[in-house]
Amino acid sequence: MTPPPMPVRALKGVVLTVCCALVVVPFAGIVSTSLATREQIVRSGGFVIVPDEISFAAYRALFTGGVVPRAVAVSVLITLVGTALSLTTTTLLAYGLSRPGSLAHRPVLMLVVGALLFTPGIIPGYLTVSTLGLLDSYWSVILPAAVSAFNVVILRAFFMDIPAELVESARIDGAGDGQILTRIVLPLSKAVLSVIGLFYAVGYWNAFFTALLYLNDAAKWPIQLVLRTYVVNQQQLGVDQVGTAELPPQEALQMAILVVSIVPILLVYPFIQRHFTKGVLVGAVKG
Amino acid sequence: MAYARGGPPATVDEPAPPPDRPPAAVPAPARDSAPGRFARDRVLLLAMLPGLGLLLTFHYLPLLGNVIAFQDFQPYLGLGDSPWVGFANFRVLVEGDPLFLRALRNTVVIMLLQIGVVFTLPIALALLLDSLLSERLKRIVQTVLYLPHFLSWVIVVSIFNELLGGSGPVNTFLRRHDLATLDVIGNAAVFKELVTGQVLWKEAGWAMILFLAALSRIDPELYEASAVDGAGRMRQLWHVTFPGLRGVIVLLLILRLGDALTVGFEQIILQQQAVGLDASEVLDTYVYNNGIVMGDWGVSAAVGLVKGLVGVALVLGANKLAHVFGEAGLYRREAR
Repeated sequence: MTPPPMPVRALKGVVLTVCCALVVVPFAGIVSTSLATREQIVRSGGFVIVPDEISFAAYRALFTGGVVPRAVAVSVLITLVGTALSLTTTTLLAYGLSRPGSLAHRPVLMLVVGALLFTPGIIPGYLTVSTLGLLDSYWSVILPAAVSAFNVVILRAFFMDIPAELVESARIDGAGDGQILTRIVLPLSKAVLSVIGLFYAVGYWNAFFTALLYLNDAAKWPIQLVLRTYVVNQQQLGVDQVGTAELPPQEALQMAILVVSIVPILLVYPFIQRHFTKGVLVGAVKG
Repeated sequence: MAYARGGPPATVDEPAPPPDRPPAAVPAPARDSAPGRFARDRVLLLAMLPGLGLLLTFHYLPLLGNVIAFQDFQPYLGLGDSPWVGFANFRVLVEGDPLFLRALRNTVVIMLLQIGVVFTLPIALALLLDSLLSERLKRIVQTVLYLPHFLSWVIVVSIFNELLGGSGPVNTFLRRHDLATLDVIGNAAVFKELVTGQVLWKEAGWAMILFLAALSRIDPELYEASAVDGAGRMRQLWHVTFPGLRGVIVLLLILRLGDALTVGFEQIILQQQAVGLDASEVLDTYVYNNGIVMGDWGVSAAVGLVKGLVGVALVLGANKLAHVFGEAGLYRREAR
């Protein structure tokens, strides 16, 4: 392909730069404001693009005690337990469905695909969770989201693509279905499993509405609910909510909570990105 | 070993395997009777249990819970003792209760805005990015643009409030330069546009990579051949690029249609306090506010049920239509 004429290239450059800036500048501003001093925040009207002087006062205040450390602990707990449970059950279900002709695989597959089509409404979902006595239990945020039918379908397709010869030769060597899963299938599926695991993890970390619906006890709130209360709804953070008596500026505190909620996503993003570009999921979406 | 044949699933009364079959090297029974298959597949069956149990409990059990749409449900009476009222709860839908109609109207307007803007811009973005020659630059731009997809709605709404709010940097800048300020946060008049903008910011990059993947599958020879035939850039776009994208576009449109009546529940509930219900009540928030907050369980469940059924009908209908036009759609009917 010949490169397009100069003005076209310049225009493309401008459009793409603007698009990227729309994503990057807010992030930079949030981090900067969380690190800025009171004088600078006042001077710049509540939002700092480049801090003159870096101050960790907001983070120190948030992490000395109060609502944020507890919320982070809750979110980490939900994310770890939830992801482990999701990955295990999803993998097992997908594996159980991956052998054409096995007993009962067809009706179960229909149930999985049906779950893609019919999503339970808010009210029946709430009634189920409350009938099972899960209200105000962390399980209420984990169990309803534990198995994503979509991920089961993707993983099953991936398992079915594993060459049948590999499975056959293992069977001839005397491996049962359990050993075939742990020795052959799982080692070959590391990439797709890590992507699916990360998607589950991001989902649990971001869980907001299920927590709002099922966790009434504020002591059990995950980070997203804290974020809503103090940043979206602008409730003031007082001495009771942070660990120190001397309060940093509200703007810095709010931005610091926002940063705390974003950082885990930024940490796992490169991994998602790396495996994702292999086309694992994009291929599966189409297939 | 019966697996490797890839034939149709064995049935109970299928004839016995041919005698010339090599003797089984594995002691596992490969008999085609039901107990034999059970013994053969017991590990697979066991593996499916936990996941299946979760799906049945949290997906199919709630579907049964929809019966309260036909009850005057009282939480203290429970499902068993609440009085049955037939279709009375559905009267809201048929008679056009103003609160329901308001939610329906807002939902439809937001849906149209979103399909119009959030569906078309990522295609344009993907075409633009695909035309770049530097692979590295492509990767960087992609990585930046689809990051917001992984942020929660709470984070996205927070970011918008902080940036565009009355005391945010944008308005501070405008005020200092004596320009008109941008009144978008908490302004009912532009709420639907704001919501659409937020979806665009969060999801455009994500939608874009699906289109990019489809673009990368277009055979470069098609471009070369069309260039040899004298096609300019615009004609290539029309005759090579768009046909290559059609499958994905149809697929995504069908998926979007299934969620047509679902317009950003978390996103909207977060901002409802600031703009009021008139501008922001959509069907999902109506079900939540009217049912779980106000306690009108039966009516809300009825609205939720109808909404779910309409969604399923839209997906199946759109898929059917796609088949009629020769597209693969969501699934292809298995050739048998």
